[in-house]
Amino acid sequence: MSIIIDEELCTGCANCVESCMYGAIELDNNIAKVLSNCTLCGACLEVCPEEAISMERDEVEAKKIDISQFKGVWIIAENYNKKIHNVSLQLLSKGRELADILKVNLSFVLLGASFDDKLEELSLYGMDEIIYIKSPILKDYYSDLYTKVITELVLENKPEIILIGATPTGRDFAPRVAKRLNAGLTADCTGLEVDLETGNLLQTRPTYGGTIMATIRTPSSRPQMATVRAGIFKMPEKTNKKPIIRKIDYQFEEKDSVSKIVKVINKTKNTVNLENAKFIVAGGRGVGSREKFRIIEELAEVLDAELGGSRITVELNWLDADRQIGQTGKTVSPKLYIACGISGAIQHIVGMQNSEIIVAINKDPNAPIFNWAHYGIVGDLHEIIPVLIDEIKKIKIEE
Amino acid sequence: MCIKQVPGVSEVKINPNTNTLVREGVISILNPNDRNALELALILKEKQSAEVIAISMGPPQAEEILREALAMGVDKGFLLSDRVFAGADTLATSHTLALAIKKLLKDSNSEEKYLIICGAQAVDGDTGQVPPELAEELGIPQITYVQKVELSADKILVERKFKATEIVIIETKLPAVISVLSDINKPRYPSMAGIMKAYDKANVIYLDANALNADKSKIGLNGSMTEVRKIFFPERKVNPIMLEGSTEEIVQKLCQHLKEDKIF
Repeated sequence: MSIIIDEELCTGCANCVESCMYGAIELDNNIAKVLSNCTLCGACLEVCPEEAISMERDEVEAKKIDISQFKGVWIIAENYNKKIHNVSLQLLSKGRELADILKVNLSFVLLGASFDDKLEELSLYGMDEIIYIKSPILKDYYSDLYTKVITELVLENKPEIILIGATPTGRDFAPRVAKRLNAGLTADCTGLEVDLETGNLLQTRPTYGGTIMATIRTPSSRPQMATVRAGIFKMPEKTNKKPIIRKIDYQFEEKDSVSKIVKVINKTKNTVNLENAKFIVAGGRGVGSREKFRIIEELAEVLDAELGGSRITVELNWLDADRQIGQTGKTVSPKLYIACGISGAIQHIVGMQNSEIIVAINKDPNAPIFNWAHYGIVGDLHEIIPVLIDEIKKIKIEE
Repeated sequence: MCIKQVPGVSEVKINPNTNTLVREGVISILNPNDRNALELALILKEKQSAEVIAISMGPPQAEEILREALAMGVDKGFLLSDRVFAGADTLATSHTLALAIKKLLKDSNSEEKYLIICGAQAVDGDTGQVPPELAEELGIPQITYVQKVELSADKILVERKFKATEIVIIETKLPAVISVLSDINKPRYPSMAGIMKAYDKANVIYLDANALNADKSKIGLNGSMTEVRKIFFPERKVNPIMLEGSTEEIVQKLCQHLKEDKIF
């Protein structure tokens, strides 16, 4: 297997050189040359304007499966403490869109112990079917039991797309299910589209800390599985549609799992709900100190906003870890995001770029955050924010 | 221990003028989270009498990170390196790693008692998918996102962080696969003696597809179900409206805009 460059067609434009994350292509006499550290990721194939790059594959007999047998979009719900995780509901809105394009059903698969009285309320979110797997033990999450139930259901029902929240739970069972099914799985997608020609799911995700985006597809196997972080897609609208409810009682016992849950510890002080916040005020290193962070909190209070911050503010102990926004923190999409003293490293941007309106306040006119902001203010946040707080208070009184 | 060589991501930047990658000065490093996995393995080795083996899949240059692991105190390093392994997605990667693990266990007659430790995720792909897929290949339990471990003769007790503020304590039987978070420990630096040993005496053992008796349809590009369709740079979404003037004017302008946008 290798990347082949057609030397006749290559014009030496170097697009491929720039597209390679591994520095595995260089120009030799104005012709692209692939080096030995190439990982065959295929990123260079698409960028060549001359179509001079191809990937040579070995002739290997792979088991072909009939992908046309697979129909339908599934969302696997996550639940904890009798509550459905918001990301699962958000996936219903995206799932509806994909199912409508593909003209197939949208199913909501729920594994739990006590959702009988919640099914009616859940029915409002626009799915065609709810598959409720009920067993007392499923009040908790067990990776092996989830894997067993989900793979059995998939083999029986053959959905073409399965979407799962990219939470620690989803990221735990999704790969195990994918492996058992030998299905392709793409982690942390921020974009999902259907390729109308082939019916393939095009899964776009940030990679290399969000420096680059990759669009991935699973052309020859089914189901196509993807995980998605909370806050990427909007909550679904309620509808009057009545889904079919399939309730399956599953006879599990505690000994069916190799793992034993000893205890669940909740360290929550106050629940921080950044993912659903309408307004977020976030601070970065530029705020200056833990004491000075108080002004950011004050702005959040008058706006009735949630407080957030970049990774460094958590590392410096200015802010609690559950308020971190970005690649290793939360992904948010509020109506208004005010970034105060945040320079805008890409790792932060990937966590907040879907905000409707972004306001950036920063001393440095060249801070990358301004590339993402709708309104930019170059200046000292400690001068601007107090005035802004007073103005907002005035507006509130007028209202 | 499964470890990975990655590009030092925090140094990868985009030139805003040409919208291309600036790769100068970017070096390949041991994935930071894998250091925590190494540290944990070494701590467990000190408490129990165990052999610590590091395995990596990658091009020959990935030998560097295995040397680093040896310098930290790992007993043996294996590099799975072959052109046919290239282009692997997580399915093919976990298959290849599992083949090597099975081979090493068989060769050393220790098929019953082992623990596989991985970092929770790598900074390049950042999928975190390999540890569960590896556990499935080996047919053993997995516990991901671990922040504390107690190992005993035939089982482990771990703290798994499953929400920002919530932890579940799980007990499972060995053998098992765990993936650890970066806050589990503070990785040690290699000692001088360790470095000398790692570079002078110790060998990194290379294993290729033949040594692993690999089925070509299950490794590398052929064994991968996902394929990269295209790669692009995240685009700058908007041209900001820069608000200028005195502080009062700036604040007035901002509030006016936010009213027009129906935020207030």
